[in-house]
Amino acid sequence: MSLSIDDVQRIAKLARIRVNEAEAAGYQTQLNGIFGLIEAMQAVDTTGVEPMSHAQDLSQRLRADAVTEPDRRQAFQAVAPQTEDGLYLVPKVIE
Amino acid sequence: MQWETVIGLEVHTQLTTQSKIFSGASIAFGAAPNTQACQVDIALPGVLPVLNKGAVERAIRFGLAIGAKLNRTNVFARKNYFYPDLPKGYQISQYELPIVEGGHLSIQVGDAEKTIRITRAHLEEDAGKSLHEDFHGMTGIDLNRAGTPLLEIVSEPDMRSAKEAVAYARALHTLVTWIGICDGNMQEGSFRVDANVSVRPVGQKEFGTRREIKNLNSFRFLEQAIDYEVRWQIERIEDGHKIQQATVLFNPDTGETRAMRSKEDAHDYRYFPDPDLLPVKLDEAWIEQVKAGLPELPEQKQARYRERFGLSAYDAGTLTASRAMAEYFEAVLAALPARGENAKLAANWIMGDLSAALNKAELDIAANRIPAKQLAGLLARIQDGTLSGKLAKQVFEAMWNEGGEADAIIEAKGLKQVSDAGAIEPLIDEVLAANPKSVEEFRSGKEKAFNALVGQVMKASKGKANPAQVNELLRKKLG
Repeated sequence: MSLSIDDVQRIAKLARIRVNEAEAAGYQTQLNGIFGLIEAMQAVDTTGVEPMSHAQDLSQRLRADAVTEPDRRQAFQAVAPQTEDGLYLVPKVIE
Repeated sequence: MQWETVIGLEVHTQLTTQSKIFSGASIAFGAAPNTQACQVDIALPGVLPVLNKGAVERAIRFGLAIGAKLNRTNVFARKNYFYPDLPKGYQISQYELPIVEGGHLSIQVGDAEKTIRITRAHLEEDAGKSLHEDFHGMTGIDLNRAGTPLLEIVSEPDMRSAKEAVAYARALHTLVTWIGICDGNMQEGSFRVDANVSVRPVGQKEFGTRREIKNLNSFRFLEQAIDYEVRWQIERIEDGHKIQQATVLFNPDTGETRAMRSKEDAHDYRYFPDPDLLPVKLDEAWIEQVKAGLPELPEQKQARYRERFGLSAYDAGTLTASRAMAEYFEAVLAALPARGENAKLAANWIMGDLSAALNKAELDIAANRIPAKQLAGLLARIQDGTLSGKLAKQVFEAMWNEGGEADAIIEAKGLKQVSDAGAIEPLIDEVLAANPKSVEEFRSGKEKAFNALVGQVMKASKGKANPAQVNELLRKKLG
């Protein structure tokens, strides 16, 4: 499998990353390199090996259901670009 | 052409935890914007999610209640999409290994019973809220809801009409509130329904192309939206068009569904296991402990009411429409002697006069004015013959309007049924003396004349004489 320039642009768009033509060509080469590695790995016989969902062989620790976080809105909003009536303001998203 | 409707539902139930699924912020409804959004919920760099045990426990409870398989190892995944009320840029959900797989729920439509299969139920976090009105062309973001624990319950496409879809949604609503994992408050968005709807010619095996109606927050809207959508799809196809897969919204004001403007990449979520969260393991001891804490479930109660009390499927279904209803019914029974025989009487009063009064006052059974013990007191007076059916209704009305115990009401209003032969006999003598013609007719074999005489005696007693006793004494006198 190899990625086209259009694939790279589409991935960039989904990730909301602006990529110019020169950069896209660079990413295309790098990403295709990664796909090459994956292809090589797929040659390994994995019969009987359970798929792994995490690199560490541990299980998730659980937290007791309790409210432990105080309201820190003021501190958080002090570094936000724009707020009003307690809301974070962002460029309009509805079309 | 005859068309068949195919419906599957996806229901988002908000879980009844205190705190969020991955942080210790509160999920209480109605707080001022962003006062319940901590560093994890607003996705500050470097924060890590820590899974709430209470959310996992509720998912286990649900899985056990629908007879599902619980995945002893289940995995959280990232569902990637861009929207400002999702500050991480992805929603933590479950994809390939959800916590609950399979299971089923029985529904009743008219006299027919049907089993709806459940595909899966997975844990995920809710997003925040976007407010589009009047912020100088900007959008306001409230992240209080971000990170609220949800269990998304996905059914198989097993429903064939809007009525069946509503019956399933109601049965699911009853179950999740019954086992206490969701408060069921649809106005506050605690129980939100998405309906996948398609049509196909009757007899065709393959499904038609489906459209998904999003975010229905009442059973009435669910039914209206599906009915409209089905008519629309059939018309489109009959006019020679093809149905395009789409997400649509229902407008309650017009009763119509309308396609949302779809972005080309909207459904490319690029799921992958979340490296911030390890696989969740459920151990047997925990599952057993949750199982032991489950209450008797609606389906089990229905079976018991039918077998042990001889109630009809309809009665058993109505009495288990909510846990509060079933508990009330059982409390009334417990307060009456010889429980088995009283079940039908109690069921009739609860489903009849009491439900009518509750409906009229727009009250839920949980806000019922008549405590179970008081209703039992009234029923006991019917059983021991103190009250006729007619008098009992008067006592009930007084009890509903003014409160008080049945005995006190009977006493105060003089509603006691007269079962004293010494009091009834003089009335009978009077009636017989005044109606020689009826007596004559009865003696010549006319049974109708007897009923007329009973009626006269009842009238003379102002409705208070025990009808059975009047019958008996009258026959004795005439015989």
